[in-house]
Amino acid sequence: MTAATLEAPPVSVRPRRPAHVRLLHNSLVLAKRSLIKLTRTPEQLIDVTLQPIIFLLLFYYVFGGALGGGSGSSRHEYLEFLLPGILGQTIAMSSISIGQNLNEDIEKGVFDRFRSLPIGRAVPLVGAVFAEFFRYLTVCVITVGFGYILGFRITTSFWGLLGAVGVTVAFALSFAWVSVWIGMKMRTAGSVQGVMMLLVLPLSFASSTYVRTTTMPGWLQAFVKVNPISQVVGAVRGLLTGGPVAGSVGWTFVWIAGLLAVFFPLALRAYIRRT
Amino acid sequence: MTELSIEAVGLVKNFGATKALRGVDLAVRKGTVHAVLGPNGAGKTTAVRILATLLRPDGGSAYVNGVDVLRQPGKVRESVGLTGQFASVDADLTGTQNLVMIGQLLDLTKKEAKARAAELLEWFDLTEAASRVAKNYSGGMRRRLDLAASLVGRPAVIFLDEPTTGLDPAKREDMWDVVRRLISDGSTVLLTTQYLEEADELADQITVIDHGQVIANDTPNGLKHKIGGQRLTIRPADLSREEDLRDILARFSPRAPEADGRGTLTVPVESDAVLPDVLARLRDAGIAAEEFSLHLPSLDEVFFTLTGTRSAGDSLPANSANTVEVAA
Repeated sequence: MTAATLEAPPVSVRPRRPAHVRLLHNSLVLAKRSLIKLTRTPEQLIDVTLQPIIFLLLFYYVFGGALGGGSGSSRHEYLEFLLPGILGQTIAMSSISIGQNLNEDIEKGVFDRFRSLPIGRAVPLVGAVFAEFFRYLTVCVITVGFGYILGFRITTSFWGLLGAVGVTVAFALSFAWVSVWIGMKMRTAGSVQGVMMLLVLPLSFASSTYVRTTTMPGWLQAFVKVNPISQVVGAVRGLLTGGPVAGSVGWTFVWIAGLLAVFFPLALRAYIRRT
Repeated sequence: MTELSIEAVGLVKNFGATKALRGVDLAVRKGTVHAVLGPNGAGKTTAVRILATLLRPDGGSAYVNGVDVLRQPGKVRESVGLTGQFASVDADLTGTQNLVMIGQLLDLTKKEAKARAAELLEWFDLTEAASRVAKNYSGGMRRRLDLAASLVGRPAVIFLDEPTTGLDPAKREDMWDVVRRLISDGSTVLLTTQYLEEADELADQITVIDHGQVIANDTPNGLKHKIGGQRLTIRPADLSREEDLRDILARFSPRAPEADGRGTLTVPVESDAVLPDVLARLRDAGIAAEEFSLHLPSLDEVFFTLTGTRSAGDSLPANSANTVEVAA
């Protein structure tokens, strides 16, 4: 031990900023923590980089011919339909990891540290979700960028692209709270993944992601219509390649509000109860 | 009346069918070190977690710095620091990043947080490791970083949950120096330990708990008086001389020597003043000693003396000073 001293006598920490500013500031500090952790294990980015590329390639070449009608040009038509779907599916899939990560993180001592600090109870969770912003933005950049190489073209405008990215990321950030809640509830990271897959697979396939819904039975069509992924995909389709958007964008925001209103409190309560 | 930094009355906590605490009282005077001594599973960690607002008790009340732990946990957190039994540093962050993060969460500006981090890293001899990821730290370094993290906000009350478990003896004494320094800076320290030696070395007051209950609360001297001071342990080189040894030791102690069944005899003695006489008698009787040691009673012996039964906790090191316990 060296001879440096603690200078001033111990004093309590006095919050100087207003409460809500502190909440935001502290959440950003912990978002930075999550991002630093991400840079230590960059393989955690596979689900937002390689995964959309592989899905795009698989669906474009394997199903594109059949679903588009059999010719090269129809495959291109299918790409136009498919890309917004892949975007919707990938954000749903990539929401799984935050629940897994928090489930593992919370077992480590560092959460004890957070709990013993004079910060808002929600801060560690909100911070982790904030950090997801960059992962979801990556999904958008990679998917649209790689789609561009395959021949996908935005037929609306730059603002349409911005709107599509905004809607996608906003929905992803609210859907992430479902994963956070499951992450707080499950005992192991493996079971978080299992439960989330059970949720994400039907949501992404029983939707307007890959095929036009007119071929489905009526009861399924009813589900597809209310499925939030269908609404996000519909909104993105309209914003990137034209067509009506008001309805699907509106419903997407209803879903965003609904998911936040239900799953944020549930996740927070589960976190506080978990000791 | 002296000002109390921690005051807990009748703390009760159950985990399912397990009664972790069955009515624990604690009173810690401001500016002192208070040791909670007990075996694994006695309820030490549970008590600390309740006082640091990480757990809510099922019964009882607790005040830290005069603030109700149950009613105003947020306010309690403003003036306490906690160093858990398992280092709660972020293994993926560097030493500096860990401390700056805590500083920023405590509302320091980035500049202040960096200055405070550098100051603490220097104090804990971690300056050279400051920009290394904590994952690659040794156990002792992590423990020091963890303690540094709990001091960022200059807390008035510091909880140290088994701060030296798993540290080798030299590192243990470094940690003791840290605790003494905290006290000289005006903090109040509540530490838990499995070692009477550690409690004796540091504490102004010792509370012994077992099975979630307080079984003794005294000053180190008072406690040692109750349990009969130090222990003298001798093993004759020639095991057939055990009976002769027993006769000699009986002269120096009010209590009969305790045998471990392998030829080693232990008796409580008043002080080390008896050593020359003991040695002289051994020499006269021609008994060569293979082991000859004077030490404070182990926790097991403390419990035996206080309760008359062996502690139900995990097996404990016989002599804490010479034993390095493997961290769980």
